[in-house]
Amino acid sequence: MRTCAESFDGYILRALGRDWGERLLPRNLDITVCDQVILIASGLIWTVYFAAVAIFIGFFLAVAVALAKSSENMWLSRPASAFVFIFRGSPLFIQFFFFYSAFVLLPRSGIDVPLGFVTLTVNTSALTTAQVGGLIVLVLNTTAYSAELFVGALRSIPKGDLEAADAYGLSGFTKFRRVVFPSMLRLAWPSYTNEAIFLTHSTTLVFLSAFPAREQAGEAFYYARYFVDQTFNPFVGYPIVAAYFIVLTLAIVGVFGLANRYLNRHLPRERRPRVRFRPQYVR
Amino acid sequence: MPRGARLMFAFCTDPASLPQWQWFACYLTTATHFAFYRSFFMVMLLLVITAPIALAMGLLGAMAVRSRIWPVSWLGKGYVNIVRGVPDIVFFMFVPIALGQGIEWVFHQIQCPDWDQPIRQGNDFIVCRDAKVPPVGSPVWVRDAYAFSMAVIAYALVFGAFAANTLYGAMQAVPRAQVETAEAYGMTRAQAFRRVVMPQMWVYALPGLSNIWQILIKATPLLFLLGLQDAVYWARELGGQKTSLYTYPHPDWRVWYFLVLLCFYLFLTWVSERGFARLNARLSLGQATAAGERLRKVQA
Repeated sequence: MRTCAESFDGYILRALGRDWGERLLPRNLDITVCDQVILIASGLIWTVYFAAVAIFIGFFLAVAVALAKSSENMWLSRPASAFVFIFRGSPLFIQFFFFYSAFVLLPRSGIDVPLGFVTLTVNTSALTTAQVGGLIVLVLNTTAYSAELFVGALRSIPKGDLEAADAYGLSGFTKFRRVVFPSMLRLAWPSYTNEAIFLTHSTTLVFLSAFPAREQAGEAFYYARYFVDQTFNPFVGYPIVAAYFIVLTLAIVGVFGLANRYLNRHLPRERRPRVRFRPQYVR
Repeated sequence: MPRGARLMFAFCTDPASLPQWQWFACYLTTATHFAFYRSFFMVMLLLVITAPIALAMGLLGAMAVRSRIWPVSWLGKGYVNIVRGVPDIVFFMFVPIALGQGIEWVFHQIQCPDWDQPIRQGNDFIVCRDAKVPPVGSPVWVRDAYAFSMAVIAYALVFGAFAANTLYGAMQAVPRAQVETAEAYGMTRAQAFRRVVMPQMWVYALPGLSNIWQILIKATPLLFLLGLQDAVYWARELGGQKTSLYTYPHPDWRVWYFLVLLCFYLFLTWVSERGFARLNARLSLGQATAAGERLRKVQA
């Protein structure tokens, strides 16, 4: 039996790969509660990586898609609507399978993209890893969901704000940057916080679907499931991972709440919308 | 081709020598492909069975939350908040296995009271032979049905909590004055609930319920994680590369199978979106809401 300190040394960074701790995961009768707490915590490295990177990239893409979707130009709005429809209308779980099996078909050696003066080689084998391929699917998914929120916010920007902007002679990008974008963000922020929470929760699906966990390096839920499979006792691993997710959720609510305060700093205190944690649902 | 397997078309006896379209006709009508097609019906079956149960759970939950008896109201609140606070996937994985062990444990206590060994020995969960559920040696379909009903319970628990939350909101949204009027006419609290709140709450609940329905549709592929042979299972099996040892050799076609699944789900969500839009219009008739007012103006 390992002591807790030994499991800490062996497993706290194990999610990064075999070289970052014990080569083998604890097995069968060798599993202690400390092992479970620490190894599942180590999986949070990837949970946070997937969530943070996908939310960061997805945010900018979502703003672009939302603008395209609410544009008057049919050539912009139609493809954007189709994109949102496809990614919101189908299960994320199936999207992972679909993209993985598509990425596997790409040539292993990479694809050469001639750019005229230089040839860029796209590393296609990276796409079959969860850290790149799975992340891409998550980014596309959160882009679609957030874009829909932003479209709703764009529609509900007060008419007076836009007229005031026109009256001040603002137009084009200046109007967008000074008036449209801040209002949109302010209106969408409470639901966007929930979107960030759902996305964090749905990172649990990455390794449950097609993407392989190389060297048994996975995210928190992957390890919880590993332990439950090994011990056949669901009453330890799953509550631990649930507790970690509740902490993560509270952290997101905190960070996004600070951003919400910043976005609404011009409003009198009692009129500021509160970020409410409305936990939902599978996607 | 296994001996005795039924062939859809007479020309399928030797697929290797067939032209393209006939090859596909034979390929798409193999026994395993029919299992794949049937698995789509399993998804529908799960939806059709789970939705009413979840709705009933939701109704019970919402009524419990509203209850004036505090233990009942606490129970309702606890149920709704615990299920909604934990990531749903944890619940889907946890409930079937925990429930299965719970059932076996209860049977174990009843059937073998004089069993002296502990139930958890190391990493094994050991109950006596009579307490196994489903019973030892039961046919495959019983095991499948058992796994399927476990899945239904897990889905109904999770989605029942979501529905309870929506229905509770809807009950509160029915104009208070109407309930007071009902009470002024001498109706009891239960009568007012049955005759005034119940018929009207649906229009307020519908947007939330349609959202939950869409989420339920999108949660069905998680059946695969519970070890059932659903559409995802068959798409992986059938799509994987088949060498020339197989009757129908082909390269890795998983991407096409998953494309079919993707389209199936898109179709399902699209159809139900339209269905709910119509239902919403129907329910809004004569209601004291903005949508009801709009309908009234159109008709006038």
